[in-house]
Amino acid sequence: MRKRRLSLIAGVALAGLTLAGCSPASESTDTANADQVEVFTWWASGSEKVGLDALVGVFNEQYPDVEFNNAAVAGGAGSNAKAALASRLEANNPPDTFQAHAGAELTDYVAAGQLQDLSSFYADNGLNEAFPATLIDQLTSDGKIYSVPSNIHRANVTWVNVSVLEGAGIDPNVAPADMDAWIADLQKLKDSGIETPLSLGTEWTQMQLMENVLIADLGAEGYSGLWDGTTPWDGPGVATAVDHYGQLLDFVNSDYVGLDWDAAMQLVLDGNAGYNVMGDWAEAAFVQAGQTYDTEYTTWATPGTDGIFDFLADSFTLPVGAPHEAAAIDWLTTISSAEGQKAFNIAKGSIPARTDAVASDYPAYQQTALKSFGEDTVVSSLAHGAAAPSSWSADLSSAIGKFGADRKSDALIAAMVSAASSALG
Amino acid sequence: MTVTEQAPPAARPRSDPGLRTPKPVRRFTMGRTLKYVLLVIFVFVVLIPVYVLIVTSFKPPADVTASTSWGLPVRWPWESVAPGGPTGFDNWTGAWTALAPALGRTFLLAIPAALISSFIGAMNGFVLSRWRFPHADIVFTFILFGMFIPYQAIMTPLVQMKTTLGLPSDISTLLMVHIIYGLPICTLIFRNYYVSIPMELMEASRMDGAGMLRTFASIVLPLSLPGFVVTIIWQFTNAWNDFLFAMFLSDTSGGPVSLALNNLAQGAQLANYGTAMAGALIASLPTLLVYIILGKYFIGGLMSGSVK
Amino acid sequence: MRKGVRNWGPPLLLVSPTIIILGIFVYGLIAANIQVSTTNRHSLSPESEFVGLENYMALLSEDRFLHSLFNLVMFTVVFIAGTMLFGFIWAWMLDKGVSAEGIFRSVYLFPMAISFVASGVVWRWLLNSAEGDRASGLNRIFESLGLGFLQNAWWNEPIWGMAAIAMPAIWQLSGYVMALFLAGFRGVPQELREAARMDGASEWKLYRYVVFPQLSPIALSALIIVSHMSLKVFDLIMSITGSIYQTEVPATYMWVTLTSNDYAKSATIATILLLLASLFIIPYLIQTWRSEKANR
Repeated sequence: MRKRRLSLIAGVALAGLTLAGCSPASESTDTANADQVEVFTWWASGSEKVGLDALVGVFNEQYPDVEFNNAAVAGGAGSNAKAALASRLEANNPPDTFQAHAGAELTDYVAAGQLQDLSSFYADNGLNEAFPATLIDQLTSDGKIYSVPSNIHRANVTWVNVSVLEGAGIDPNVAPADMDAWIADLQKLKDSGIETPLSLGTEWTQMQLMENVLIADLGAEGYSGLWDGTTPWDGPGVATAVDHYGQLLDFVNSDYVGLDWDAAMQLVLDGNAGYNVMGDWAEAAFVQAGQTYDTEYTTWATPGTDGIFDFLADSFTLPVGAPHEAAAIDWLTTISSAEGQKAFNIAKGSIPARTDAVASDYPAYQQTALKSFGEDTVVSSLAHGAAAPSSWSADLSSAIGKFGADRKSDALIAAMVSAASSALG
Repeated sequence: MTVTEQAPPAARPRSDPGLRTPKPVRRFTMGRTLKYVLLVIFVFVVLIPVYVLIVTSFKPPADVTASTSWGLPVRWPWESVAPGGPTGFDNWTGAWTALAPALGRTFLLAIPAALISSFIGAMNGFVLSRWRFPHADIVFTFILFGMFIPYQAIMTPLVQMKTTLGLPSDISTLLMVHIIYGLPICTLIFRNYYVSIPMELMEASRMDGAGMLRTFASIVLPLSLPGFVVTIIWQFTNAWNDFLFAMFLSDTSGGPVSLALNNLAQGAQLANYGTAMAGALIASLPTLLVYIILGKYFIGGLMSGSVK
Repeated sequence: MRKGVRNWGPPLLLVSPTIIILGIFVYGLIAANIQVSTTNRHSLSPESEFVGLENYMALLSEDRFLHSLFNLVMFTVVFIAGTMLFGFIWAWMLDKGVSAEGIFRSVYLFPMAISFVASGVVWRWLLNSAEGDRASGLNRIFESLGLGFLQNAWWNEPIWGMAAIAMPAIWQLSGYVMALFLAGFRGVPQELREAARMDGASEWKLYRYVVFPQLSPIALSALIIVSHMSLKVFDLIMSITGSIYQTEVPATYMWVTLTSNDYAKSATIATILLLLASLFIIPYLIQTWRSEKANR
């Protein structure tokens, strides 16, 4: 009896071991098969996945012999993916290519010597001509380019509910000239009975709002100067911006701290708020709700930022030591090609980086964005990794979140100054 | 505490006359009714989140709004809001498609992890409590401390080790990791459980000429079932629900269901709560079943002094 | 115990694989972690130099870290109080034996089975802080039941916010504490209760003077396990609020620094967390050690 029980337990344990040994080992870097590319992104579901799938479709057409290996990790707006990625890079086990925000976010990887210079790739594929000059400027650091953008988003867009504004006697088609004028309009909305004229969400959306205010109050040059030390964080421009931001906070929904951007946008969609400042992926929310541009909703550049395109770009890199480098270059070629960019961007709701895009292919909102991208001054977004490296933006994010809780302007400015000095050294 | 009998108290037959106190005839006193009412209220409170999960998972995206968050679905799960649009059932099919491959793999992870770490834990517990050696307590402390480390701390060196050793990014690596980090808790549970086995039994076995392994196999192991129940259930749940290790050491094509669920719930910029909730239910079903079916053994195992 | 290798050889051999494995994967990696925390490696570049305890000094005087510690203390206190309270009450109510005890037990225990990622999906919804017209989750239920005054901002509350985050944790782990206490209650020998009743003790006195004192080792064990879980809480906060200032605890702060590639800082936070956890295990070990010495 006892022996039987013992052998039963032993047998089960042995079976377990064998089961484990038999499990299919799906090698993510299977060097035996040279014709595959492991693409690491955080586009795991929703419209982003739809966009990725469209891109993969074009890739399979252009390079039918190369197998696409999807290594997506979702969550935390990319922070889960970045953490897992950092570990892999650290351990010298990079994917063939990975998604990263173009701009300053890459400096960490560049400084650690983990990315390959793509300047020759750009030259070979004519990208220096296909992409606008201001974009190439933002992408170049120390004369080298380290990533290929797949799409461009605009972060200084104010989404407006037409009927809410008209109900308060405000013309939805005319953007207020600057922050002060906008605050006056917000007050008007509030007086007319709208409890939350401006809707806001969790920390990164607050940082995005702050960056819009900074651009409005400092102008394109002043704002760009914040990131290389030419504009002081304790100067009068920033002080005005902090003051304006504090005033804006008086008009937002009380539960903003816990709201995701889409829940905050829902207030505008439902007519419970008049304005929301958000990047243009918000377009998908309006489309899903069945609303029409210029009818139920409209957009303008955030008051005070007219003539400026606050950009962020998802882009792909070529890590040093990528196991299947040739396949990775194929992937980069697809992303930067006209077909690839068109397929991706139409599905994802953003605009291509290439200037040879045909505007009529795109829906109404994107057409305005394309026009602006072609004409306006391009600055980098803070909230989306273009303006500042991740440790700097994490410090700012926490300081801005804290300001929402205690509303101490001096403390915020001090924190921003200290964040800048640790980042700029 | 005096040395208790071998058989756990729960195993004593209820009809044993020594156990029964002369009780008054059962009537529904105020106290009793109040107790039942309270118990039932607590049941409702505990089940509130489950209700929300179930109800929301059957609503198509457009029906999931703040004002209707507590209501039952306003339409049947096979109806859609706008013609051709998503239905409540689509939430479930979408969640199932996203999670199904990972579900099978996760069984292959959780079951062996539970069995193996339990078995090793039993052996450890045995030599740390009943067949001891000098400084056994120090070794026990050494092992126990491993339970308390925050796993983020060792993650980067762990990933580095994984690459150096060339381990694959799927559940086989996770299996090793869960066994390793499950050893302390399994050892703890068994060590505390075996304290209730009288030393006399060990002495008697020694006198009969049995060695350590023989004693373990023929005397201790047969008595270990309650301990195994606790460790197996605990380890199964841990391995099934773990997210941190899964995220760093595996990828979506080879990883467990927690990773797939996270991708489902967090991946989109435009959240689909219905699908996410359906996914949460699907991913929780196996562990739920384990607790519902085996819960009584879990408590029985605990009652035999497994975790003191 | 008889001396000689023949006696302690085999058991030591049996446990040695575990010793070696844990030596590497726990102690070795902790040592690696501590080593990183004494360097100035704040970015992806692998160069670093030894800076001693500088990171620790900086962290312990940093407002943000102290705020995260405050949040952690608040969470831990409410979490422990909640699980111990509910676990104890449920065990006490079920101790005498009620019909359908099995069902009640299963219901109270089952939330333990759910992962924090999954429960975060629904608790996020429940703890939504909008009030009034836009309320959803618990605020909405309060509204509809006429308990409108109970609506509040949950984890958005400036000081008590973390208490709200403790709610899902209490929901998930009270059942486990209940199981422990139930085991404790049932473990009190019937003869003891008999004797007390014979001596004329009322039910209440019975519990107060006979049963409860027997429970203190169980209570301590439950306390230790629950508090060490609370120190590590990460998944739950991340899935409900993400990593934001209001609900920041050391574990999430560590995550933020790790994703910003500040290796030295995250290693420092991890080591401090480890030290905090040790504060709990030491009394537990002393108590175990003492009670075993008494038994031998």
